[in-house]
Amino acid sequence: MFKTTGVAIGSMLLASTAFAATDITWWHGMGGRNGEVINEISQQFNAAQDQCHLTPISKGTYEEALSSGIAAFRSGEQPNILQVFDAGAATIIAAKGATIAAEDLITGAGEEFNRDNFIAGVRNFYADSDGKFIGMPFNSSAPILYFNKAAFEKAGVQPPKTWEEFEEVAPKLKEAGYLPMTASQLTWMMVENFKSRNNQQFATNNNGYDSAQGTEIIVNDENQVMMFEKLKAWADEGLYGFYGAGWADNLKPFEEGEAAMWIGSSGSFGGLQKSADFDFGAVFMPYWDSIEGAGTQSFIGGAALFAMAGKPEEQNTCTARFFSFLTSPETQVYWHKNTGYVPITEAAYEMAKGEGYYDEQPVAEVGIQQLMLPGGEWSKGYRLGFYPQIRTVMEREFNRIFSGETEVKAAFDTIQSEGNALLARFAKTAN
Amino acid sequence: MTDTPLNMVEADQTLVTRLRAWWSGETANPAKRVQFDRPLTPWLFLLPQLAVVVIFFYWPSLQAVTSSFYLEDPFGFGATFVGLENYTDALNSSEYLGTAAFTAFFCVVVTTLALSIGLLLAVKGDKVIRGAEGYKTLLISVYAIAPPVAGLIGMMFFDMHMGPLTELAAWFGYDLKVGINYWDTATALIVIAVWKQIPYNFIFFLSGLQSVPVSVREAALIDAQSGWRRFWDITLPLLAPTAFFLLVINITYTMFDTFPIIDVIVKDKPANNPMTLVYKVYLDGFKGNDIGGSSAQSVILMGVVALLTVLQFRFLERRVHYG
Repeated sequence: MFKTTGVAIGSMLLASTAFAATDITWWHGMGGRNGEVINEISQQFNAAQDQCHLTPISKGTYEEALSSGIAAFRSGEQPNILQVFDAGAATIIAAKGATIAAEDLITGAGEEFNRDNFIAGVRNFYADSDGKFIGMPFNSSAPILYFNKAAFEKAGVQPPKTWEEFEEVAPKLKEAGYLPMTASQLTWMMVENFKSRNNQQFATNNNGYDSAQGTEIIVNDENQVMMFEKLKAWADEGLYGFYGAGWADNLKPFEEGEAAMWIGSSGSFGGLQKSADFDFGAVFMPYWDSIEGAGTQSFIGGAALFAMAGKPEEQNTCTARFFSFLTSPETQVYWHKNTGYVPITEAAYEMAKGEGYYDEQPVAEVGIQQLMLPGGEWSKGYRLGFYPQIRTVMEREFNRIFSGETEVKAAFDTIQSEGNALLARFAKTAN
Repeated sequence: MTDTPLNMVEADQTLVTRLRAWWSGETANPAKRVQFDRPLTPWLFLLPQLAVVVIFFYWPSLQAVTSSFYLEDPFGFGATFVGLENYTDALNSSEYLGTAAFTAFFCVVVTTLALSIGLLLAVKGDKVIRGAEGYKTLLISVYAIAPPVAGLIGMMFFDMHMGPLTELAAWFGYDLKVGINYWDTATALIVIAVWKQIPYNFIFFLSGLQSVPVSVREAALIDAQSGWRRFWDITLPLLAPTAFFLLVINITYTMFDTFPIIDVIVKDKPANNPMTLVYKVYLDGFKGNDIGGSSAQSVILMGVVALLTVLQFRFLERRVHYG
């Protein structure tokens, strides 16, 4: 009796005034236009209902957002929602008790949730080995190959679908006076998504999904080494330009019209429209025809949203509502059009298509189509601890490869052994 | 034997009377203490400063020492005591040792260059009569630039696509690749770090020079014709306290305050670029979320700095003549 009255009063209070709205916070690592769109989406959520009030706060880069979130959690000041990038996924998922699985949160709040609504490439990356969503996929991207249309016309060639085709067209582009290709973030493009596009195993223990204990990285195998030996050879022949580990340094030659192709993120589309004053198109990230079973979907890049544990029930309900709002087709299409990140649900993709968006902007469809390609055994994702540090090791070795300080095989042996040492350290921290 | 009665008087005082005397500020030797009449008053005045030191220095240091013995998951759920493993891991890693070697090299080169160029400019600037203020202001103004901005300016000069210094090197047939080639990046770091620190040294050396008494200079002028000789025998020894102070400051600067410059130059992606130990502590702790390993590194760093400071004061300060 008493309880029901309490609930009744509670719901009356909630329903009657915006004054009683529950405040929730969202820490993210996005700046520029993407950060503005996050603010716009939050305002739309706040305007759409009056029980919850969401405040987004930018914490700098992805890495800074994660470390701020960690520091805040340790002192009990965590936000309700934390954005965590692909490489940091293992860190937050391994810390059981730091988050509430997105799927549990949503169904627990009485909202509807169906994994099958999400496009195939998005479903597994932030899920556990049973496929349960731990993180809520948010800004998802795929590595795609952008090309300068004028360059290809001048050389009289077509954009390559496979690396074999690249080897045929690149010399012609060079003859036409272009640097055939540059690529940003080789860790994501040429290791992680070399693994996914060519359906290659990346780590033991089911790419790390089954357990952190005893997981070992697999990078010094024949195929991975071959990819970099090719890249090195192409760099020496002037078919590929390597400009270090910085994202923008590798993008610049393409923006300035010197490079004919650039491998970047599908999420770079919005920015590229402003910075490149020439007509460009995009195709899937190439794969090796010579590798059996290649041509599978890529891993999703970008980041996901995690609901932090230790928050009051009514705040968690608001977080769940926001997650549902975020996955609604309208919000997804708005996000997709304004940032270039892919829509994460089938319904949103159909909606954008129905609106004729891809007739206007065919490049915007490339990323999502690549994520909807048939999946392979190894293209679901990877779950590796201390992975940001492993990426740092890779970046160091890649610089050494292209400056001629080391051989490709030796570099990957080093990555293999240092990577495994880091994974072993991480396994000791995992509870 | 004559001093026995005195001792007797001392012993006569009971603990209570002595405490009372201490509390009321009466002591055996009143001539030495004049400022405070209550023993707690000085502590009260020291309290804010002590609180700052304890809260912002001792407490975090203690935390660093504690967590350096643990291997911990970033969110703080489980901490496993691993003894000295974090230390042995760091000291056995060739990457860590490489970073340490670079830090030492960087320290020596930057300190030497910044001090000697600063001194040269100060000596020459001291002699300028016409437009002296203009020269000095121009030389000092660089100091007003914040380190990250200095890094940014430096980065523009060394940019691999459009940097004027990259183009200058290309003119001489050298392909300067800051961000890819280890020693190219090291050179850029050194140039920027030195450039940023010269004005600071210049200011101190200049004021040091101006405090050399004119009478001494004039006397030296009679004794020695050679300017170099006068500088070496008279000016430099008189500048020694300033130089010693600057040496300590410059070493701390290269070890710690060059952080923003490195951060801007390597653009958050160290790859195989050189970095200092402090930057590595940050990378492993904040980007890698390896709290135990990062803490162990910062404790090692604390030890090195403490040792350096002790050595400097023991062996160098003795030779400094404070006039």
